[in-house]
Amino acid sequence: MTEPVLDIRGLTKHFGALVVSDEIDLSLRPGEIHAVIGPNGAGKSTLIAQICGTLAPDAGVIRLNGQDVTRLPTRARARMGLARTFQISALAMEDTVLQNAMLGALGAAGNPWRLFSRAISDKALRASAEAALDRVGLLDKAAMRTSDLSHGERRQLEVAVALTLKPAAFVMDEPMAGLGAEGGQRMTALLDQLRHEAPILLVEHDMDAVFALADRISVLVYGRIIASGPPDAIRTDAAVRDAYLGEDA
Amino acid sequence: MSAILIVEQVLNGLQFGVMLFLMAAGLTLIFGVMGLINLAHGSLYMIGAFIAATVAGLTGSFLLAVVAAMAAGAMAGALIEMTVIRRLYHTDHLDQVLATFALILIFSEGTRALFGSFPLYLDTPALLSGPVTLPGGIEYPRYRLALIAAGLAVALGLWLLIAKTRIGIQIRAGENDREMIAALGVDIRTLYTFVFALGAALAGLAGALVGAIQSVQVGMGEPVLILAFVVIVIGGIGSIKGAFVGALIVGLTDTLGGVFLPELFKLFMEPASATQIGASLSSMAIYLLMAAVLIWRPTGLFGVRT
Amino acid sequence: MTREGYVNSALVAALIGVPLWAHVAGEPFTITLATRAVIFALAAVGLNLALGLGGLVSLGHAVFFGIGGYAMGILAYHAQIYSPMFPDTLAIEGTKSMPVIWLVAILCSALAAFVIGLLSLRTTGVYFIMITLAFGQMFYYFTISWSAYGGEDGLSIYIRNSFPGLNTLVPIQFYALCFALLGGALWLSARIARSPFGLMLNASRQVPHRVETVGLNGQRAKLLAFVISGAITGLAGALFADLNRFVSPTMFSWHMSGEIMIFVILGGVARLFGPVAGAVLFVAMEHVLGDLSDYWHIYLGAVLLGIVLFARGGVIGLLAGQAKGHD
Repeated sequence: MTEPVLDIRGLTKHFGALVVSDEIDLSLRPGEIHAVIGPNGAGKSTLIAQICGTLAPDAGVIRLNGQDVTRLPTRARARMGLARTFQISALAMEDTVLQNAMLGALGAAGNPWRLFSRAISDKALRASAEAALDRVGLLDKAAMRTSDLSHGERRQLEVAVALTLKPAAFVMDEPMAGLGAEGGQRMTALLDQLRHEAPILLVEHDMDAVFALADRISVLVYGRIIASGPPDAIRTDAAVRDAYLGEDA
Repeated sequence: MSAILIVEQVLNGLQFGVMLFLMAAGLTLIFGVMGLINLAHGSLYMIGAFIAATVAGLTGSFLLAVVAAMAAGAMAGALIEMTVIRRLYHTDHLDQVLATFALILIFSEGTRALFGSFPLYLDTPALLSGPVTLPGGIEYPRYRLALIAAGLAVALGLWLLIAKTRIGIQIRAGENDREMIAALGVDIRTLYTFVFALGAALAGLAGALVGAIQSVQVGMGEPVLILAFVVIVIGGIGSIKGAFVGALIVGLTDTLGGVFLPELFKLFMEPASATQIGASLSSMAIYLLMAAVLIWRPTGLFGVRT
Repeated sequence: MTREGYVNSALVAALIGVPLWAHVAGEPFTITLATRAVIFALAAVGLNLALGLGGLVSLGHAVFFGIGGYAMGILAYHAQIYSPMFPDTLAIEGTKSMPVIWLVAILCSALAAFVIGLLSLRTTGVYFIMITLAFGQMFYYFTISWSAYGGEDGLSIYIRNSFPGLNTLVPIQFYALCFALLGGALWLSARIARSPFGLMLNASRQVPHRVETVGLNGQRAKLLAFVISGAITGLAGALFADLNRFVSPTMFSWHMSGEIMIFVILGGVARLFGPVAGAVLFVAMEHVLGDLSDYWHIYLGAVLLGIVLFARGGVIGLLAGQAKGHD
């Protein structure tokens, strides 16, 4: 079996007496989509925060391509290829769609300290940004103000920004949130392609999408992973049915 | 240097500190509940002082002057809250800064137009003038001692108001969760006006009390305002306890630094340059203190850490 | 050309035409007013870089204005009394040369902006406003107690400093220098706004967490913006001191910080020419209203209140609609 791209071992975090991450083990292998599901308050957001470096864990190790990144700041992890999308779109609303994508490309290129050249005339930045926009189907909207995009288009732009980072791994926080049926299908198709570029750790509420896409599913309840395995096994897992899926699954 | 001097200066520092607290309490309350940065708070202090000086001049009663100053502060506060400030709660800090700066211009020049540029004077009441002899034979102005007592009494009263009364519960709820308090059926507009007027009344009170130991003039509120900002930055914005601790720290640092830093430098320097350097350093002491607190705790001593 | 382009062009035409007319017509006072407006505009262009692009609400830019002023005052003072600074150790000679003074002003204010920015940027929002304000006050009280350079009374410089090849005593020539520097600062701002650095800075203002997740250091971007911003305002301070041939602690006062911010807001935040329009309008109001009433600040306050509450885009916003200045 190949080495995991992202490897999390024994991740633990307390807020006072509340355990939000309880010895979490999680891995992401090349080419796969690994979904993390769980009810509200299960600790999904704090898990993402720890993986991406905005929250320091109390214990445990996070490795990215074999390197220990547990104590590295967010931007160092990003430079190593960890690409995150936000649940609530974090886009510069006053800027154009292209500028948002170029920001990601600028981060990937790592040469932002240029004060006199025109960003828009930087061919490499532009090509990378436009390729990412093309990939998510937003190239024709490149010149639009981001605040004028629809909700679904903003979700796509989130993914495009992550794409410009030439990622080693994606961490996606509910990319389907708020999308209608059609938008959800489009996003599902997009993620299905993207897994070949880099594996995706997908935190998602939309069960149709999760079971359609995921190679593996881990179920997080009260900060603990109570089950992990292929979709079929999860669907029939008694503990999962009791704790979470209930009668819907 | 004598022990008497030290005790005197510590009392002076306390007196300055409790007066700063009256200013800082209002500022921090207004920020905590409404999220508003109010630069015009110093204008309310100035209004309090001018009204006190005028009323004392007309009636000869210091008590009446102080009551009038508080009432005038509260009324001016309620007036600007209902006409201007109310529109600023949902805007960004930049707009709040500019609008309240505009209010300062209007208040300062308006006061100058009404009262002229010459300072007014407010006499300390006969009952409180002259020195009092403290244990150990230290003579200290009775009025300044009364200021310390008054400031502490207000601090206690404010604590009781916020901890023990119904309106205090509403204020604390407002600091934590604005939607919840609306859901509780509290009239949030009235609550906001009340909180703003309360802060304004405290500023007016401070202006009147301090007006008796310094001249009453246009612009007197601004140095105090900025020191009050330093106080709440040190204490943590939104925290009354922080404002109290911060005010005492700033009051003591400023007063003791001004007296003792030059003395300290005289120990190893020639007197002229020691006085010079000591004075320069003491004028910056509270700001250096603030910078140090920030490095240590970016949200102040009692601020909410994010 | 966009409507904003027309407004900007008209502004530039007025800033060239009016002083030239005043020169021909023999109205030196008008040139002095225009010089004052251009220097204020330069200070505000500096602030706009931090405020408009970086979103840093600095209520302490008078620090840099004052440092620039004192850089001029101190260097010229030592040249004037023919006695060097630190005579026993470094023996730095004073100077009356504007380019040298400007360089010192820029370097000193950039250094101050670096230290103040480093400390203040640990905080955000209302803390940042109060801390920058407090640092301003620290410099204010420091200069008041600094008796070697006049303390509260300030320093008078008898003759305006010199610039190679020009006679700076002729009002229009000094005006031309200030105007050229303003042009340079506007050019720099425009370049920065469109540069990769500007892209990063602009995003740091709007979505700071996003900037970090693409691997960029948004805090450092804000710090650099603050330093450049302080340096430009510092240069303006040196010119302002030269215009008045006088520096005093009031250059550090927080009213000065407030006024620099007013220039930006009157004109329109984050618009390239906003600070210019604001400064011109301010000086015009100061002159016209100041003649009408001793209490003209009341009217200034009312106008400012009106703009904040009802006309968010400032004057350029009113004239040119809501479109933004930079692409």
